[in-house]
Amino acid sequence: MNRRDFLKVAGSGALIATASSTVEARGNKEPLPNAVGMLYDSTLCIGCRACVYKCKEVNDMPSVVRDNEVQWDQAEELSGDTLNIIKAYKHGTGETKNSATDGFAFIKRNCMHCVDAGCVSVCPVSAMIKDPETGIVSHNPDACIGCRYCVAACPYNVPKYEYDEAFGQIQKCQLCNQKGVERISKGQNPGCVEVCPTGANIFGTREELLAEAKRRLAMTPGEEYSFPLERVGSTYTHRAKAAAYHPHIFGESEGGGTQVMVIAGMEHTKLGLPDLPERSYASMSETVQHSIYGGMLAPAGLLAGLLYFARRNTKHDDEGEGEA
Amino acid sequence: MSHHQPIGGRLFTAPFLFLGILAVIALVLLVDRFANGLAAVTNLNDGYPWGIWVVYDIVVGTGFACGGYVLALTVYIANKGKYHPLVRPALLASLFGYSLGGLGAVIDMGRYWNFYQMFNPAQMNLNSVMLEVGLCVSAYSLVLFIEFLPVILEKFRADVWRARLEKVLFIFIAIGVLLPTMHQSSLGSLLIAMGHKVDPLWQAQQLMPLLAIMTAMLMGFCIVIFEGSMAAVGLRQPSETHLHRGLIKVIVGLVAAYLVIRFGDLIRRGALGGAFEGDLQGNMFLLETALFVVPLLILGSSRFNRQGRFLLIAAVSLLLAGATYRFNAFLVGFDPGAGYVYFPSAAELMVSIGIVAIEIMGYLFFVKLFPVMPKHQQAHA
Amino acid sequence: MNNNELHKVAERLGVSRRTFMKFCTGVAATLGLTGGAGVQMAYAIASPRRPAVIWLSAQECTGCTESLLRSTHPTLENLILDLISLDYHETLSVPAGHAAEEAKLHSMKENWGKYVLVVDGSIPMKDGGIYCKVAGKPIVEHVREAAEGAAAIISIGSCASWGGIPAAGPNPTEATPVDKVLTDKAVVNIPGCPPNPYNFLSTVLHLVTFGTVPELDHLNRPRFAYGRLIHENCERRPHFDAGRFALEFGDAGHKKGFCLYKLGCKGPETYANCPAIEFGDVGGGAWPVGVGHPCFGCTEEGVGFNKPIHALSDVKTVTPPTTFPGIAEPVGTGVTPGAAALLGAVGGAVLGATAMAVKQLGKLEKDRVSDHDSQDNP
Repeated sequence: MNRRDFLKVAGSGALIATASSTVEARGNKEPLPNAVGMLYDSTLCIGCRACVYKCKEVNDMPSVVRDNEVQWDQAEELSGDTLNIIKAYKHGTGETKNSATDGFAFIKRNCMHCVDAGCVSVCPVSAMIKDPETGIVSHNPDACIGCRYCVAACPYNVPKYEYDEAFGQIQKCQLCNQKGVERISKGQNPGCVEVCPTGANIFGTREELLAEAKRRLAMTPGEEYSFPLERVGSTYTHRAKAAAYHPHIFGESEGGGTQVMVIAGMEHTKLGLPDLPERSYASMSETVQHSIYGGMLAPAGLLAGLLYFARRNTKHDDEGEGEA
Repeated sequence: MSHHQPIGGRLFTAPFLFLGILAVIALVLLVDRFANGLAAVTNLNDGYPWGIWVVYDIVVGTGFACGGYVLALTVYIANKGKYHPLVRPALLASLFGYSLGGLGAVIDMGRYWNFYQMFNPAQMNLNSVMLEVGLCVSAYSLVLFIEFLPVILEKFRADVWRARLEKVLFIFIAIGVLLPTMHQSSLGSLLIAMGHKVDPLWQAQQLMPLLAIMTAMLMGFCIVIFEGSMAAVGLRQPSETHLHRGLIKVIVGLVAAYLVIRFGDLIRRGALGGAFEGDLQGNMFLLETALFVVPLLILGSSRFNRQGRFLLIAAVSLLLAGATYRFNAFLVGFDPGAGYVYFPSAAELMVSIGIVAIEIMGYLFFVKLFPVMPKHQQAHA
Repeated sequence: MNNNELHKVAERLGVSRRTFMKFCTGVAATLGLTGGAGVQMAYAIASPRRPAVIWLSAQECTGCTESLLRSTHPTLENLILDLISLDYHETLSVPAGHAAEEAKLHSMKENWGKYVLVVDGSIPMKDGGIYCKVAGKPIVEHVREAAEGAAAIISIGSCASWGGIPAAGPNPTEATPVDKVLTDKAVVNIPGCPPNPYNFLSTVLHLVTFGTVPELDHLNRPRFAYGRLIHENCERRPHFDAGRFALEFGDAGHKKGFCLYKLGCKGPETYANCPAIEFGDVGGGAWPVGVGHPCFGCTEEGVGFNKPIHALSDVKTVTPPTTFPGIAEPVGTGVTPGAAALLGAVGGAVLGATAMAVKQLGKLEKDRVSDHDSQDNP
């Protein structure tokens, strides 16, 4: 084979790859019409950690053992034992709530239930599943091979593997709707929402939550408002003065949007939420992958060329040398 | 009849036994890993799900194991028959590199008993780069074995079977070129989905597969030179410098193209500034770049590139360059967020070292007992 | 004074000497003082020179006085009446009318600069203060007059401290707390509706013993009593932390003694020692939260009588939230010497092997330099 032939083989694959790329390129997934989620309002959170405890109870999670003591609400990070956690931002004297300087603020961390979830996109064995109706991202340990690509590919570091167990599994918040719990399907609220005393964390459809978040951001600080508890539009309310919100809804567009959204009195980066482009990583990754492998056309074309040359060139060997 | 022969000699030499001890230590540690979980042996944590078992054993290790791939490409596709003597040793090294990479994957896999789900069409996620890598690496390990099978058949004089196999071997050779092209590029694609967690110095997004396949080819060519040189020195085999020199042009071309693409991309994304911040990531990037550039100078000089020892230096430098690039992209440049740190534990390192030891032991076993190495010619002796 | 005299005092009070000493030590402990202070207190109480106290009542309900009288630990009313010389108190004074007024003026004149002024109730300021008159004079004038010669001024109760019920909207009489009327005087606030008598008694004993008021917070409340949030010492706190809330009076959670936060408990924003010393001396968790009613924040300005009783409170976490995990908690293990050494050994082995091979190759090549070129194109 001369150089020209070789380039032809290489080129054929590349050509098919380029041709198919326009067909397979995909943008962000659109939010499902009935997608459900939560809205966490950091300004309302009082840090009682009732949600942390309730989460453990509902999901049957073991207590955190630290310094040889069982400390059930003292987890420091999300882990295979903790699917939901309240963390605190603190600056300077830490006296003023919601203030970035000399203040403090709480942040609830749990699965964001991305609209275009990275973990779902990267899982080789479809063990991460996005519910086609509710959009809840759940996990199927019976399929999971434990490669932990979902852990690496989650922009929020949410899925956690149980490293300290011989037969560990991936753990993540499934919005209390996993098999055996199914609170959403039964019309109940997620555990963390149910116990939240101030309505800092409420449940609803993504659309309702977005509207509620926008309503809150539009308020002037100090304005009285009946903050609903548990669900958007609930008559069970908490009347309080609106805080000075940072005018941004985290999760409206971050990484293609999330179903769990956050509003706060300061920039989300201070609360440990990452700065993300609007385009989801999953869509970038899948676009590249499908550009190369769309319909397996490029590999098939390349293989045909390779077969041709391998046959021709080994035949020569066979006849001449009788050896491979 | 054959152009190859076992090199013979004692198998259980002192270095071999030393490697054996390393392998046994690794096996003991693996018992702990399977009995008590990954945390018992590794420093893996919730921020760093992939440690050196993934990054060295699979990502870098299979890169080192690309010798069989590039030689198949050179000899059988580009029809450069003169490199034929290099094929069998390279295939052997690749076979070990890949099967032990596969073993590394299994011991790192958190739920290895579910591994079969990867081959279950009902569960396959065609969007997943990992699926592609997993299936391809498994298939390629099998193909490598089939490609190597003639050696075993030759040893046991199963000539009929060997003749039959060789009639269809071209199919496996073709597949054996296709599969590494696919999964070696996909090793780069794995990082795309990690987005901002990969430092901008390495997050090249859609260029990741291209950079990965180029480093794979580079590492493939260089490992051929490295193994040849080591065999010449360690196993007293004839020097193959004359063959290795023929690879220089390809290597230089690859390195040059790689550097143009790499730096073009960094400049386009405006990420080059990160290299000079003096932090770990920046310094590792500079080291990686130096390891790529120095060989280019050696190989580009007609004074140096005629000498086997400078070829070896260049090859080792490029192997380290490729490995550093992959280590950097997967570990050094991987930052899950403030608070998380990772460094492999001693036990974790011992397992990887043990796997390399097994690899070398297997290689020695086969070259001493099976017709792998090219027959000595009088001119060389 | 000697032991004998202490014994006499105890006898006079109708308690044993031992009980008396125990009482003094107990009060000292409430104040956060050492046991030695208790002895000092006992001597101070036994002193024949009892400080005169003028007690003025403005817009009040007599609840403060009532609660004070009902402390029985031991017969506290005796103790109070013997410890101090209560020269004027509208409810408790034996004389009435002009005689009472005269007693007050007499005591003030006699003890000028030494007596303690206690005020309960808020002061109406509207229309020249005509909405609360005593002896034909607006109470505000009485207070100002008495304050002139007072060694110390104590506002007892929420009304005197913050305005209380009379000051709640729409506040028709412009009811004003004492310290807003006597702006040029130091006033100690003992808020509560009613305040815990021990907080009052301890403050007075401190005054008598050491001649100074105890350490005060920024709202002039004694720190020993109002230094911590009710929430911090609440016996129901574990339920709060566990998210177990009573949602309605009488529901399952309420019956089980769950946290009353969702019923509007103001414990998380109210500073007082109620959960520690309880109320009414009957023990057994007898204080509002203990008996199942949310705290309504009587000791806190702007909470009691201002916020709706069942509205959620704002949880104050003025101490920086050190018990919460930070945004970036360290996770994972860094470099260990063993791992670093191992990695160094691997690097050394690779480089060493390469160096050796390079050297050997050079030697081999030198040997074969002659036939080198012929091998180039076999």
